[in-house]
Amino acid sequence: MERVVDPQAKPAGSMRGWSEPLAFGVMVVTLAAAPFFAYPLFVMQALCFALFACAFNLLIGYVGLLSFGHALYFGWASYLSAHAAKVWGLPPELAIITGTATAAALGLIAGSLAIRRQGIYFAMITLALAQMMYFFALQAKFTGGEDGIQAVPRGKLFGFIDLANDMTMYAVVVIIFLAGFLFIHRIIHSPFGEVLKAIRENEPRAISLGYKTERYKLVAFVLSATLAGVAGSTKAIVLQIASLTDVNWPMSGEVVLMTLLGGLGTIFGPVVGAFVILAMQYKLAPLGEWVLVIQGVIFVACVLLFRRGIVGEIAHLLRIKL
Amino acid sequence: MFEIFGIPSQALFGQLLIGLINGSFYALLSLGLAVIFGMLNIINFTHGAQYMMGAFTAYLLLQHTGLGYWPALIVAPILVGITGMIVERTMLKWLYKLDHLYGLLLTFGLALIIEGVVRNYYGSAGLPYTMPESLQGGRNLGFMFLPNYRAWVIVASLTICLGTWFVIERTRLGANLRAATENPTLVRAFGINVPRMITLTYGFGIALAAFAGVMAAPIYNVSPQMGAELIIVVFAVVVIGGMGSILGAIVTGFGLGVIEGLTKVFFPEASNTVIFVIMAIVLLVRPAGLFGRRA
Repeated sequence: MERVVDPQAKPAGSMRGWSEPLAFGVMVVTLAAAPFFAYPLFVMQALCFALFACAFNLLIGYVGLLSFGHALYFGWASYLSAHAAKVWGLPPELAIITGTATAAALGLIAGSLAIRRQGIYFAMITLALAQMMYFFALQAKFTGGEDGIQAVPRGKLFGFIDLANDMTMYAVVVIIFLAGFLFIHRIIHSPFGEVLKAIRENEPRAISLGYKTERYKLVAFVLSATLAGVAGSTKAIVLQIASLTDVNWPMSGEVVLMTLLGGLGTIFGPVVGAFVILAMQYKLAPLGEWVLVIQGVIFVACVLLFRRGIVGEIAHLLRIKL
Repeated sequence: MFEIFGIPSQALFGQLLIGLINGSFYALLSLGLAVIFGMLNIINFTHGAQYMMGAFTAYLLLQHTGLGYWPALIVAPILVGITGMIVERTMLKWLYKLDHLYGLLLTFGLALIIEGVVRNYYGSAGLPYTMPESLQGGRNLGFMFLPNYRAWVIVASLTICLGTWFVIERTRLGANLRAATENPTLVRAFGINVPRMITLTYGFGIALAAFAGVMAAPIYNVSPQMGAELIIVVFAVVVIGGMGSILGAIVTGFGLGVIEGLTKVFFPEASNTVIFVIMAIVLLVRPAGLFGRRA
């Protein structure tokens, strides 16, 4: 049975290879130059989604768990962050922490329920729990229902850095993204991450080796939810809005699509996927509902034709690790 | 007219009836999902979209060919079932040797395509579908008013569900099917064409969904997103019941529909979420599901 991630795509012992640092360097340089060539607000939004997709990829790519309800953590973090900044008047750093903590708590609850079942049931449970919390968001007073929370103030970071300026905000978003990205990289290459990969490859064997795999899966789930929360909270501050779109199931599908298109289980794939999908949505926005059809076609094409995704295919062709 | 727990009997039985109607759709859809999963090892995310296709096909048949409800009830499931079999032959069959997740992702993509195309041509507002004349009106049972159409939906779906159970559990064909689910290689060695069986099974599961769609058309409006939200609830139903048992899927479907209807009477705020809450409780108490076997 072919696994979600092709183990052969990663030559053993190439942890200290040159390809990853080089790609990371290219990414940092691109991000430094991007606001001078592209619309900064677009790049910031794409970075939030890139971090969201990286967080999602931590589960599917490295533990083999498909969460079909990641909008739950992204969306609720976004709501709480927006609420904290607007109603409680908290500075942006505390608003983001509030949103992130919410996502972590929700991840702990949903994760401990979902890991009780394996495989395909896991995906269905995460989707159903996310839908439940979508209905809560629809009915709760503080979320503003269909209107969402609008005109969220960006405020002053640490009390003196004014984020109203797009370039300042951009720098902050890049730092948050890179920190999240490096953190995920660290997790994957830690002994903890090696156990996660062992669970992905063969869970019964990991259990027989004495690992409490349920605990590892839960920790990975909470980490993924927390990082998705960082992305959602930051997005609320950047775009100054939190809405039902962020918490509804199409958003869960979108993050799956970004990761699948970029490459499951590749560290740079989700970033590439997020930028491609968002750019596509901007360019194709005039086509209206056809965007949905095109997304569907990309899903089908990815599954049938190139399961490694963009970055995975490149890495496979060049026989490097990305 | 009398009251039960301070609720007028009309309201209580009215919601119970709606609960049974929803329950029949849950049962038909989760039954299809379970049968498909048994043979194909794929969770069919397109199920909701195919339910919507059933309703739409009935609508289009009426608009363009003048075929009414009764012919549509047979023609629409066959047409949609054929499209399902084409999908199975051209796409799904490449996925059987892969991780289950790919089947979910592919069928999710297909659902987006179907929903997007329908939205493009017909907008997201609902289109009305008139009830067949023979089933209009209703009868007064003394304690409540029973619309004929709703009674028909419940009877029809119960019949189809139990018929499916009978075919799978009690006939030669069903025995072959169950054997192929357990060990396809061995069944092939006995000279049974398993790939064709898989295609027909998928087609049948889809036809069930389309049948439910046609029955739903006169009750709800025909709209592109009618299947998307339903399928998520049906997933929760499947998690609660477990996919191991046909009868389990039917009982769980109807039961949860009734519970949802009762929630609408006693605690309306929770009516959208009650099935998900039950799912969470079942996961805590019986992780394998009510009728599931621990894998």
